[in-house]
Amino acid sequence: MDRRHFLNLTAVGGGAVFASALAGCAAPAQRGAASAAGDYNDFYFVQLSDTHWGYEGPANPDARVTLRKAVATVNALPTPPEFIVFTGDLTHTTDDPAERRRRLAEFKAIVADLQVKTVRFMPGEHDASLDRGAAFKELFGDTFYTFDHKGVHFIALDNVSDPGAKIGDEQLAWLKADLDRLDSKAPIVVLTHRPLFDLAPKWDWATRDGAQALALLMPHENVTVFYGHIHQEHHQSTGHIAHHSAKSLIFPLPAPGSQPNRTPLPWDAGAPYKGLGFREVEAEDAGKRYSVTEFPVVRA
Amino acid sequence: MSQRVSRRSVLHGALLGAGALLLRAGAAQPNAPRVIELVARRFVYQPAEIELKVGERVVIAIRSLDFVHGMNIPDLNQRLDLVPGKVVQLELQPQAAGEIEFVCDNFCGDGHETMHGRFVVRA
Repeated sequence: MDRRHFLNLTAVGGGAVFASALAGCAAPAQRGAASAAGDYNDFYFVQLSDTHWGYEGPANPDARVTLRKAVATVNALPTPPEFIVFTGDLTHTTDDPAERRRRLAEFKAIVADLQVKTVRFMPGEHDASLDRGAAFKELFGDTFYTFDHKGVHFIALDNVSDPGAKIGDEQLAWLKADLDRLDSKAPIVVLTHRPLFDLAPKWDWATRDGAQALALLMPHENVTVFYGHIHQEHHQSTGHIAHHSAKSLIFPLPAPGSQPNRTPLPWDAGAPYKGLGFREVEAEDAGKRYSVTEFPVVRA
Repeated sequence: MSQRVSRRSVLHGALLGAGALLLRAGAAQPNAPRVIELVARRFVYQPAEIELKVGERVVIAIRSLDFVHGMNIPDLNQRLDLVPGKVVQLELQPQAAGEIEFVCDNFCGDGHETMHGRFVVRA
């Protein structure tokens, strides 16, 4: 199994622990085999993020083909994922409502080539902030929702339809009602676009009322968050809740606070698609542990 | 590189309600703060860099021309919504040299990511 970049993220006693990192990491269990913890039925899904369809600029001169190549790479995975999630910024923003819908429709047509039955979509601020999600809803449906898969409860949170990066009181009430019916030990995965915590407020890498969502999630012992927005891999915990951001499929951004402004990293003609990619997320231990494997846009 | 200013080092940074302070740019009243005008428009603050002096009371009078831009100043734990047609006033009295960054935190379009500025406080 080709695992170029494997991260094993372990929840121990309700606390998420970054168990191993880039070097010296453990090899993942053979997919479909019983884990060391027991004979549960594991699964994996693919997370893609920040495709920014419609972007034109020097940060990615191959923007018209990058997404298509990523779709082909996902389709070539030896074992298909059970589902795929897109965590926002499907399109690059535009002031023109007709152009926004055209970009969303083109994106939808391209990813229709994914050979996986279940594909779930979430908006990013580029898709939804200028019209409060109206075009996204027309083409993809609700901007926040839940679903369950093999005992894991997934919650897709919308922190972008409000241009002020707020989840909002109505959605927070919905989240509370959803969580209230769950056992505190239930495995929960939150999917969202922006970081729910204050990763870098000076770069607008935050959710204004994200602390309220995290306060609702804190009583639950097994919570993992996967998000996008920052165009790079990043792993951080708030209490026992682990947060993992995904790479982009358009251009990488600098590490939080590493330079004065959050300008895209320059395109490297000698290494096209450097810093871009998608990930596999493998659920283990009945959804209490997650292994993340990063993939490039094009595999050698 | 200038030292960044923490919230603690700014003794006085307060948002004044509209009309709470009579704006008179260049007024010669004793103890009147200096008024500095700041314009927000897609996708810039003008000026993007504002020089302040340690200990000087100033009022930043902020107008947005085209959108409800945000102005988040994390070091001061303060943020503003800049509604077109209204002047929002921010009173500052920095107590240490350094930089105080601010950023638009209401997504305003293709270029939002470039909309930021800073106060440069000199001794």
